[in-house]
Amino acid sequence: MTTLKVNGLSHTVTAAADEPLLYVLGNDLELAGPRFGCGLAQCGSCSVLVDGVEMRSCVTTLAQVGTREVTTLEGLPRWHALRLGKPVGEGAAVALHPVQQALIDAAAPQCGYCMNGMAIKAAELLSHNLHPTEAQIRTALNGHLCRCGTYPRIIAAVLQAAAVLRKDKA
Amino acid sequence: MSLTRRQLLQGSGALVVLLPPWTHVLGQAPPPVPGAVDLKQVDSWLSIHADNTATLRMGFAELGQGATTALLMVAAEELDLSMEQISAAPLDTAHSPAQGGTYSSASVQRGRPQVAAAAAEARAALLALAAQRLGVPTAQLQVVGGVVQVVDAPQRSVTYGQLIGDQQFKLVVSGTAPLKQREHYKLLGTAVPRADLADRVTGAKRFIQQTRLPSMVHGRVVRPAGQAAYGAGAVVQNIDESTIAGIGDARMLRRGDFVAVVATREWDAIKAARALRVTWAPSAGLPDTDALHAAIRRDTTTDNVQLNQGDVDAAFAAAPAHQTVRFAAQCPYQAHAPFAPNCALADVRADSALVICASQDIQNARRGIAPLIGLKPEQIRVQFAEGAGTYGHSSYDDVAQAAAVMSQMVGKPVRVQFSRADEQGWDTYGPPHVGEVRLCADAQGVITGYQYDGWQHNWSLIDTTTQQLGVAPATEWPVSPVEGVNALVCGGQYAIAHRKLVNHRLNGLRYFKAGWLRSPLDLSFAFVSEQAVDQLAAQLGLDPVALRQRNITDARWRGVLDAATHAAKWQPRAKAVAAKGVWRSGRGVGLGTHLVSYGAAVADIDVNIKTGQVRIRHLFGAIDAGAVVNPGIVEAQITGQLVQTASRMLLEEVLIEHGRSAARDWVSYPILRMQDCPAITPVVVQRMDQRSTGAGEETMAAAAAAIANAFFDATGRRMTRYPLTPARVLAALA
Ligand code: FES
Ligand code: FES
Repeated sequence: MTTLKVNGLSHTVTAAADEPLLYVLGNDLELAGPRFGCGLAQCGSCSVLVDGVEMRSCVTTLAQVGTREVTTLEGLPRWHALRLGKPVGEGAAVALHPVQQALIDAAAPQCGYCMNGMAIKAAELLSHNLHPTEAQIRTALNGHLCRCGTYPRIIAAVLQAAAVLRKDKA
Repeated sequence: MSLTRRQLLQGSGALVVLLPPWTHVLGQAPPPVPGAVDLKQVDSWLSIHADNTATLRMGFAELGQGATTALLMVAAEELDLSMEQISAAPLDTAHSPAQGGTYSSASVQRGRPQVAAAAAEARAALLALAAQRLGVPTAQLQVVGGVVQVVDAPQRSVTYGQLIGDQQFKLVVSGTAPLKQREHYKLLGTAVPRADLADRVTGAKRFIQQTRLPSMVHGRVVRPAGQAAYGAGAVVQNIDESTIAGIGDARMLRRGDFVAVVATREWDAIKAARALRVTWAPSAGLPDTDALHAAIRRDTTTDNVQLNQGDVDAAFAAAPAHQTVRFAAQCPYQAHAPFAPNCALADVRADSALVICASQDIQNARRGIAPLIGLKPEQIRVQFAEGAGTYGHSSYDDVAQAAAVMSQMVGKPVRVQFSRADEQGWDTYGPPHVGEVRLCADAQGVITGYQYDGWQHNWSLIDTTTQQLGVAPATEWPVSPVEGVNALVCGGQYAIAHRKLVNHRLNGLRYFKAGWLRSPLDLSFAFVSEQAVDQLAAQLGLDPVALRQRNITDARWRGVLDAATHAAKWQPRAKAVAAKGVWRSGRGVGLGTHLVSYGAAVADIDVNIKTGQVRIRHLFGAIDAGAVVNPGIVEAQITGQLVQTASRMLLEEVLIEHGRSAARDWVSYPILRMQDCPAITPVVVQRMDQRSTGAGEETMAAAAAAIANAFFDATGRRMTRYPLTPARVLAALA
């Protein structure tokens, strides 16, 4: 029995402490945001935020997560609203994280399978850098692969999301 | 109930019906599928609901390419519905028309006329009903958003939903219903945004990898690390089952040489698959990476003169040496390497089965699975669920077969997820290639003679699961009229009086398992052929674009070349720019396509002559695919094609070690990363007066050639092998 905090909710799961987080999120919590891609920490498909830091859930065990707060793609809007001090309780309309919206507006996805990792990693980047250069975006997202070749549109979307975030802040 | 293999083989009369999906190559109608939905009925394609919305049923798979949106546009256009009023039914053998597999960017090419015909038929029927209801001739009716109105009195109206709401049309698609004229198009040719994007970015979408069945168990297959020769397969010598004792409730499944594990928890299945000690029989391997092409060139082949036009030998005899080019190059095995390894679920019962998978051809998947579980194809229902983009025949059928067999053995629903190593190491690779080309021209650069000799092996028909089960041995695709050298890429862009194409076919059983990989072999053909064309320009001191223009007579090839070079602001260049410093910059052009449409590309690259590193700075790619239903989607397609081509030209190669594939993961088989991604300029050449043809792979050959020619422009040397790794670049520069 392990207790896990995901997207603001506590869950008790039967998984052993050495089980990687990804399989618990996908099978026990039935979340579809974190996605299996390699299981080897090589592709970024399974990324989540753990206390706001991007981690590869395929190689991060429940024991390593401990009591820290896990945010998945599903919880990204809530995570963002909390950072802005907006209400997230029941009935509150929570908008998508600006990077999610920008990825949609830029028509970035082809198959879209990689978009989980892209959105999570970009959200992490934007949480400490509201003025990322294209080079900084490329560096930050370099560990996240896309087989469909959508990189140019992802870069454009992250730049766009940064502009939105700056306006929100101002 | 479980059947032994013998019972199975007897039960099915050992009749393995294996139809190669010809349609993808020949553009012909697919073979009839027993129990399949009738393509001739309007009701097979369309339903109009009481709330005045419509459902379109299609036989093509959405692979993330946006084909669903394009075909919804086609139906909405004919019916005068808005995009909000129409949606697509999930792909399912139980109700989807058998349009054939989703190959060769065919969804729009083959799908558009079929969907348009069915929708037009429905519209004509609805107008006739409305004319009766409203008491005016159909000529006085117009349709706006599914509301049929009297032209002069729009308040007199009736909706489609009121006319037929959820009832059947019971109507044959005659093909004679009038299609909407081009000048009245509201949707076709516009960049309607894909409605299916948001769910991919929020976690709302469940890909096949996130699909679950009640009370299922998790499974993994167990195979040797990396495949050897296709014909050798993977044969079990010994298994030590005690190696997985104590891993949850994990247990081993074995039938013939097919070995797998299942467990209630996915993590237990993963651990068990890693732990299970299987001793595999030694199997015939391949020559190692650097010996492969010499071995291919020496191997015995079946030769086939595909084209022999004019008198090539006489043309060469007449041409002086400096107007003649000979060029040879070597091209690698490459993997599909979908971003997510393939996955499938199956629930096999005594007399029926449900299989959920990401097969690009669900009808064919059903035929392939039937003999493995002793059922008839029509007893198997296959539902399509999207995976990550596969870009050709990756392991989706293989994993679906594994899931079906495992479910039968366990008597429960089973989900099988391939590991990254299963996917990378047991892929149906894009085959390697050796190409030798010679061409000659007159003093003005008009190409007079051309000969291309290509060496490669064919695709594999039998998946590894079927092979290991002993149901069918490794088998290549039968010889087909279109196998071998692609005439469109090998000189077909130009008007050449004397041309000869020779295919040297290898015995594929001695090589890796192979399948079609996006723009199959075209990158290789163009890498060889278009470098030779470029070399001719260099020898004659001509601009490579001018030389190509001189040889093109087809307005569409000319148009697409103009579009790419115009976007790139091409300036005539005859000689490599004088070199300074360690980074040398070059620019190159290429022309090519797949089986239809027209592609052209320009590449800007930098080469570091000290380290051998190649950086692709900018790729411009133009496609003429006739009438482009949705130019926004095609721009996205071109972007993906160009980035993938950069990846394949710089990085991708299945290495062979000790006779086996060494591809296991993203380190041993890397793809392009964001830091190395070039700037991309996609160009759509819109030709609304032409039929729609494929746009999902038709600029890759051109881009591959443009990159190779840019390398020459930068360094004055030609690469005779790709990917352009630093070691190879340094060797070429030495
Ligand atoms: S699945 Fe975790 S990094 Fe690839
Ligand atoms: S959109 Fe398909 S992997 Fe990135």
